[in-house]
Amino acid sequence: MRWEHGLLAIGFVLLAIGHGMGLFMAPEEAMMREAGRILYAHVPTAWVALVTLTLSFFAAVGALWTGRYGWDAAVEATAETGVVLTALLLFQGSMWAKPTWGYYWDWDPRLTTSAILLVLFVGVLVVRRVVSDPERRLTVTAIATIVAFVDVPVVYFGVKWWRSLHQEWSSPQTVDSTMVMPLRIAAFAMLFISLAICVIRWRTILATVQAEATAPDLPALPAELSLAEKEV
Amino acid sequence: MSATTANPSAQGTRRVFLVVTLLVAASALGFIAFGNMGENLVYYWDVGQLREAGDKAIGSTIRLGGVVKEGTVDWRPDESHLEFIITDGSQEVPVECSGAPPQMFREGIGVVVEGTMTPSGTFTSERLMVKHSNEYKAPEDGMSADERKQLYRTVEDL
Repeated sequence: MRWEHGLLAIGFVLLAIGHGMGLFMAPEEAMMREAGRILYAHVPTAWVALVTLTLSFFAAVGALWTGRYGWDAAVEATAETGVVLTALLLFQGSMWAKPTWGYYWDWDPRLTTSAILLVLFVGVLVVRRVVSDPERRLTVTAIATIVAFVDVPVVYFGVKWWRSLHQEWSSPQTVDSTMVMPLRIAAFAMLFISLAICVIRWRTILATVQAEATAPDLPALPAELSLAEKEV
Repeated sequence: MSATTANPSAQGTRRVFLVVTLLVAASALGFIAFGNMGENLVYYWDVGQLREAGDKAIGSTIRLGGVVKEGTVDWRPDESHLEFIITDGSQEVPVECSGAPPQMFREGIGVVVEGTMTPSGTFTSERLMVKHSNEYKAPEDGMSADERKQLYRTVEDL
């Protein structure tokens, strides 16, 4: 057992505690009633999705600066986890939107930029699978990640910059004191679980990438089979 | 070739890529944040902006945001017809909606309605969305969650 498995276990225990408190001890929300309890799932998912995608950005900078495959594997591990979290985020959001706003989806700035975020990072993962040469893949993935990352601050600050249907940031000042603790515990739970998954995936991806990079190049094709520089 | 690091001879090229990409990303973000995109891409108009647009608002699809004025909600379930007044605190617009309002809809709450202005000065909409604030409060009316659950159960089967 490695340390990340311990972190994962702590994360799940905290998740159970946080949601147990959120579901059974905290009061329902005054206006949204029971639906307001999605707070404890949705807000931590959003925070941690943005955290993992920010880690992806720093890993991409590290990969380009040092050329090390350790950073390269970290880009993929965090982008992958961030994609799952962002997909989860959009799903939870629409589950919440129906009873609160009245509709599952609306093209407001917050929702639109979040959907774009998912598409951009799915794009990063696609690009990564298209390029087969490990060295070229390191460069291309890192560049794509830095470009995709631009949307992260836009998602975060968008509710301050533009009018939207989505509410602005919540803080302990805007959240009833009885709801702050379960929210905080659920947030750490999501953070620990996601970081643990990032590390577990990082080890696997790094082993694969290093095996690919170490494998000898294929022998050159015989001249009669080569398509290059053949006169037509 | 070393397994832990990509070809070191290309390291300079990779760093050039890094600097160029960071510059492109930073300017894209700067443009989005400070490029006055908000002036051209407005998610909804307030009552003042709707009034400013005047006749241009008639017939075009608009989102209008504001607060439901207290004491103005007229909901006729048999006709699926809803009327209320949207206010921004000083100016007001009467709104007519078809269809049942979302369960969160009430007087004094923020709403965004999608529809158009009619020549008569009434805003007609088929999409009414309730805008919840970032405030999460415990119920204040003295009814505990258990009591409310009980009430909900008794109403559920109706």
